[in-house]
Amino acid sequence: MMRRCGSVLGLTCILMLLGHAALAQNTPDPTAAANAYVNAPHDWQLWFPKAGSPMQAKIDWLMQYVLWIMTAVVAFVGVLMVYVIIRFRASVNKVPSQTTHNTLIEVVWIVVPVIILAIIIVPSINLIYYEADDSNPYMTVTVTGHQWYWEYKYNSVPGLDYTSYMIPDDKIQPGEIRRLSVDHPMVLPVGEKIRFVITSGDVLHGFYLPSLGVQKYAIPGTRLTSWTIINKAGTYYGQCNQICGLDHDAMPIEIKAVPLADYLAWTKQALANYTDNTVNTQPLSSPMPRNQLADATP
Amino acid sequence: MSTTTHDHGHDHDHGAHKQSFVSRWLMSTNHKDIGTLYITMAFIGACAGGTLSMIMRQQLMYPHNDIITNGDTWNAIITAHGLLMIFWFVMPALIGGLGNWFVPIMIGAPDMAFPRLNNMSFWFLACGFVFVMLGLFLGHGTGAGWTLYPPLDNAQYSPGMATDFSLFSLHLAGISSLLGAINFIATILNMRAPGMGMHKMPLFCWSILVTAFLLVLAIPVLAGAVTMLIMDRNFGTSFFEPSGGGDPVLFQHLFWFFGHPEVYIMILPAFGIISHVVSTFSKKPVFGYLGMAYAMVVIGFVGFVVWAHHMFVSAIGTDSKIYFEVATLVIAVPTGIKVFSWIATMWGGSIEFKTPMLWAMGFIFLFVVGGATGIVLANAALDQELHNDYFLIAHFHYVLSMGAAFGIFAGFYYWIGKMAGHQYPEFWGKVHFWSFFIGVNLTFFPMHFLGLAGMPRRYPDYADAFAGWNYVSSIGSIISGLSTLVFFYVLYRVFTGKDQLADNYWGEGATTLEWAIPSPAPQHTFLEVPVIR
Repeated sequence: MMRRCGSVLGLTCILMLLGHAALAQNTPDPTAAANAYVNAPHDWQLWFPKAGSPMQAKIDWLMQYVLWIMTAVVAFVGVLMVYVIIRFRASVNKVPSQTTHNTLIEVVWIVVPVIILAIIIVPSINLIYYEADDSNPYMTVTVTGHQWYWEYKYNSVPGLDYTSYMIPDDKIQPGEIRRLSVDHPMVLPVGEKIRFVITSGDVLHGFYLPSLGVQKYAIPGTRLTSWTIINKAGTYYGQCNQICGLDHDAMPIEIKAVPLADYLAWTKQALANYTDNTVNTQPLSSPMPRNQLADATP
Repeated sequence: MSTTTHDHGHDHDHGAHKQSFVSRWLMSTNHKDIGTLYITMAFIGACAGGTLSMIMRQQLMYPHNDIITNGDTWNAIITAHGLLMIFWFVMPALIGGLGNWFVPIMIGAPDMAFPRLNNMSFWFLACGFVFVMLGLFLGHGTGAGWTLYPPLDNAQYSPGMATDFSLFSLHLAGISSLLGAINFIATILNMRAPGMGMHKMPLFCWSILVTAFLLVLAIPVLAGAVTMLIMDRNFGTSFFEPSGGGDPVLFQHLFWFFGHPEVYIMILPAFGIISHVVSTFSKKPVFGYLGMAYAMVVIGFVGFVVWAHHMFVSAIGTDSKIYFEVATLVIAVPTGIKVFSWIATMWGGSIEFKTPMLWAMGFIFLFVVGGATGIVLANAALDQELHNDYFLIAHFHYVLSMGAAFGIFAGFYYWIGKMAGHQYPEFWGKVHFWSFFIGVNLTFFPMHFLGLAGMPRRYPDYADAFAGWNYVSSIGSIISGLSTLVFFYVLYRVFTGKDQLADNYWGEGATTLEWAIPSPAPQHTFLEVPVIR
């Protein structure tokens, strides 16, 4: 973990030089601010990613709330079982009782679980409404899943619509993360409410950003929405989370969150660079012999 | 049918003429022989599905591993693993196998109500096994996952016959289950021995009855959905094609309207088995019998109205999410009744920790762990983070790989003497339990961490940060695999055993009817109808 973070932070300069050289050649890279903080999974991780959005912070809180309650329930059952094993094993308790009813205890073990469920349901329902409230966004990005890349269309920037492919394993540069880094990340402003409209161009995909608490299926013919507010400039990762065929594991999502001014500068630069709307439409080579053409068997 | 009348306790063949192998096993109408066939099918299905899971865990042991280098192969393996384990391991073991063997005996019936139908349902399942294996091996295999969501498995994205074979295998398994369920309902409702009212019926029979009703109501919905898929693939319809006015989400609704009751179809018979095992080895009657029976009825009923909790990040409205979350959480209440009643059955008992009891106690605790993560996942708000990641994989393997499978092993060790006539070796049974217990926990507990860290399911390769827990998990799977070899040895010892077992080899705690007949159970169980007082 430390090694990874160290290398990621330490090689920021190299990343700026090599990572997205196409963008950074002539003008300063407007997404540079995102390189200072990387929110990626780390070795032996035991809990959620560090919350990158208010939504993820609330999910994290509710998860702890529910999980502690359930841990107490499991521990209670465990203690009962250990007690039963010790106290009522045949060598200790030679004559079994024949009790088969106890109305009080049977009522208690119905009522108490109902109360526990009520305690869980209240904050849970509040969070469902919070998650559903995508009103008044600062901007909307239409995310389209394809086999096997993502397409990002910025609704507020006419003409800005580009594709994002995973960096194949054999082209990974220092500072990039294998299986998570992409060629053209989604760039978003920090602190603004961003709405995602999620759909698909072919099969089902899953738009899943664990560190931001966002997940929705990408369904052809249907447009689902989700939203986020990114707390802090940085790089955030996600992956496709609904089986979509051959390269299901090879279409990650990378988000560069930068201050609003940098974001606006980036939109101008991106519009200039991404003119043909088809940045790199050829799938990049994959290190695995993926045998795509053999698909066409009758 | 033999018409001889003599004391059935001393002649296992009952004067029935010696049947040839073909007529006994290929044309059987005897519920015990058909039960044995089902258990054999479950054994084959578990070996096939288990082999696939070993391959998967080996691939996932290291990031960028090169055992499976083609995503289609990987997807075919995960699809076949799911289908095999559900339809050709858990269901035939619990319902067709142990259900066929012991439901007629426990209710004092001479056989199932429709013996030929019983035979037919087995052979549908056997043919289905051939089809699902064709779906695995033909071309690039069926790569849509066991949920078979379109459009990935439509003609455009899954060309070739493999997917059609997998879909038809579901039809065959479905018809098999449907006919079996009709048979069980007719048997249990009409053929109980005089004096055995519904409220005196053993809990295993109750569990099979509820399961059979779930099957009769759920399987036709699956059959409809699968038929629509087959028509979309082959006959140009567009039930699930957006370009033709269809909707992929419709399939998700239909699939889970079947799929969620299916979850209870897999676990309810295990509930029944656990009740008998706990009662037998505590030497106490089941605590709260009526509560236990009706808890299963309630679980079965509510299980039908919670399906969309599998679709919280799909196209489900906000208010629907709240309904489905609350309805799902309600299931925790009858499940709690069952768990606490099992503990109350043990309370005050004189517990002997024979192998079946170890499996039953392992079942109770690990099922509670899986149930606890189920409560977590039922929260639609949390599902936005946890849906389809390894936390979910851990959850459903805790209730299946440790719930249903532990229930199957509990039933196996409990009844194998009655079925085979020879007792299992106690020492090796315990070795099997402890090695399997350690193996599966080591395999599936780390998956909770992977899920929390955000690792999606159905990935043959993953970011390097996930490597640590995946390695631990793969080590656990190797231990489970070795444990299965111990089980093979147990089987070998059972079938080469020379011992003669008493009718009731568990003693005072075992009170149901199967303990009043010889071990092994004679070909024809009751020559005179038993009367229950």
